Amino acid sequence: MSMKKKTFLMTAVTFAVVIAAFIICQVLIENKLMSRALRGQLIPICCYIVMAVSLNLTVGISGELSLGHAGFMSIGAFSGIVLAAWLKARFPELSDLARLLMAIVCGGLFSGVAGVLIGVPVLRLRGDYLAIVTLAFGEIIRNILNLVYFSLEGATLHASFNQPVLPGKFVYNGPAGAQGVTKIATFEVGFALVLFTLLVVFNLVNSRSGRAIKAIRDNRIAAESVGINVTKYKMMAFVISAVLAGMAGALFGLNYSTLQASKFNVDASIQVLVFVVLGGLGSILGSVISATVLYVLPEMLREFAQYRMLIYAVILILVMVLGNNPTLRGIVNRVGESLRGKNRKGDKAA
Amino acid sequence: MSEPIKHRSTTKMVPYPSESIVPERDLGKTPVLETRHLGIDFGGLKAVEDFNLTIGRTEIAGLIGPNGAGKTTVFNLLTKVYEPTTGTVLINGRDTKGMNIVQASHLGIARTFQNIRLFSNMTVEENVRVGLHNQVKYDMFTGILRLPRYWKQEKKQHEQALELLSLFDMQSLADEVSGSLPYGMQRRLEIVRALATNPSLLLLDEPAAGMNPHETEELMETIARIRDQFQIAILLIEHDMSLVMGVCEGICVLNFGKVIAKGTADEIQSNPLVIEAYLGKRKEANA
Repeated sequence: MSMKKKTFLMTAVTFAVVIAAFIICQVLIENKLMSRALRGQLIPICCYIVMAVSLNLTVGISGELSLGHAGFMSIGAFSGIVLAAWLKARFPELSDLARLLMAIVCGGLFSGVAGVLIGVPVLRLRGDYLAIVTLAFGEIIRNILNLVYFSLEGATLHASFNQPVLPGKFVYNGPAGAQGVTKIATFEVGFALVLFTLLVVFNLVNSRSGRAIKAIRDNRIAAESVGINVTKYKMMAFVISAVLAGMAGALFGLNYSTLQASKFNVDASIQVLVFVVLGGLGSILGSVISATVLYVLPEMLREFAQYRMLIYAVILILVMVLGNNPTLRGIVNRVGESLRGKNRKGDKAA
Repeated sequence: MSEPIKHRSTTKMVPYPSESIVPERDLGKTPVLETRHLGIDFGGLKAVEDFNLTIGRTEIAGLIGPNGAGKTTVFNLLTKVYEPTTGTVLINGRDTKGMNIVQASHLGIARTFQNIRLFSNMTVEENVRVGLHNQVKYDMFTGILRLPRYWKQEKKQHEQALELLSLFDMQSLADEVSGSLPYGMQRRLEIVRALATNPSLLLLDEPAAGMNPHETEELMETIARIRDQFQIAILLIEHDMSLVMGVCEGICVLNFGKVIAKGTADEIQSNPLVIEAYLGKRKEANA
């Protein structure tokens, strides 16, 4: 099979899987076959799929290890929450859906701006250094968010830095985070956001810009020698990734009534990185599946109480080890080949 | 396509103002490359010193010398991988002082690498398409939104890529992953990728390395054909003397970072300094 057909097939399969999963979920919900716990997780799952796919753009496709992805998510979350609260006060006639969409766009925008600001110094570095600095920036974002205060007085938005004295009612209260958020996030919008993310990433990868990004990953010097502006394309991947993470963050934030910045710590960034690595670097479908499974898994293991994280870790290790086992891979390849061989014989007969 | 240029043995080389020589047909046109007193030292070690070279618009030139003579360093200086410590590099008459690799590429210089540097996870066609990056353009949003311009330019890229690949009869390999190609094919693909940038000067770093005599012969013809078809200048580093003597019009010999001889193939072959550099000095009988 040619590479081009393979790429097309992967794209088609990814979209098919996501759409099918959505339809199945909808049917289950309609027929009340889905447990309450799982239903509550659908929106976070969408968020984490978007997080994993967008981080895959930086780590898998652009080849830069970023450990601060949750930072962008938090910027999106809190800018989205603040905007949604302000919109509700200022334009009460707006529907929840409209507010949600505007909050998502706003989250992406703020996160994108942060992506540019962080990208300028960070993308000068390479390899391990870049990873460490992104980790630091993730922490910086979290700490800054602990010092920011927003309040609403009627329809007027007040903001302050490091001074928790503001008129009106707090929307975002520093270390205490956002409180009294109206939950306006919906699964349908989450699904649409996943589709949007997939569309952006697939279309980017299979375009002139995407090829430039992959070329830089494969061989930086050769890419420069054919006249590709390395900084520009690294920045492009980094910022698009940040924008998508911000959008996921806004959706995530508007799904909870309270949310603190401490939720978006290094652990959260590493968790998304685990989704990406386990799903396979550069494999979008892999990211989608591993984000879903690994997000649901700890919840399903809840009955094991304190052994939960232990089992989670063991499963992670097993998947990694078995996934890289040459014997196992050989078997999978042989099965695949024999299936394909059958197809070819069928073609000849036809 | 213009008239094929005569074979190198019939090319008359004439002095270019200053000490260099270029083919007679290129006289009166801005040389594609001119270096003046080019030099670089790495922490006191003079890797290249007082390097002067002029290459005519349609010249095939050779850069030879024993191992460690500084040939690849010269390539790195010309393509701005290194900033020279002394002297200047003019590409198409423009000073490249302070430029980076990308800017030098925009001036019309393209290269291949001694140790192949392909985008090895990408297909053969994608490699060439990356080479076409600045030739067939559209912006990021056109790509993401798949606007009509995207389809038009992608089609154009595809056609141009296949046309370039046909130089080496490689169209059928377009969908292969480039890293899985045999060594010789990878070398050829690198040349195609460099040509895709529409250069006026093509630098080839040991294009025949790892090729058998038959393949080298073919490569020689292809190099001449590329020059005729694209009307560009080519500067090549090569250890295979049959290729250098067979296709190069002007040859420059480096040893220990210095130019020891410059001239046509015949002049170089009979130059005592060149023979000494390659074979060493004859010992006196009663030493």
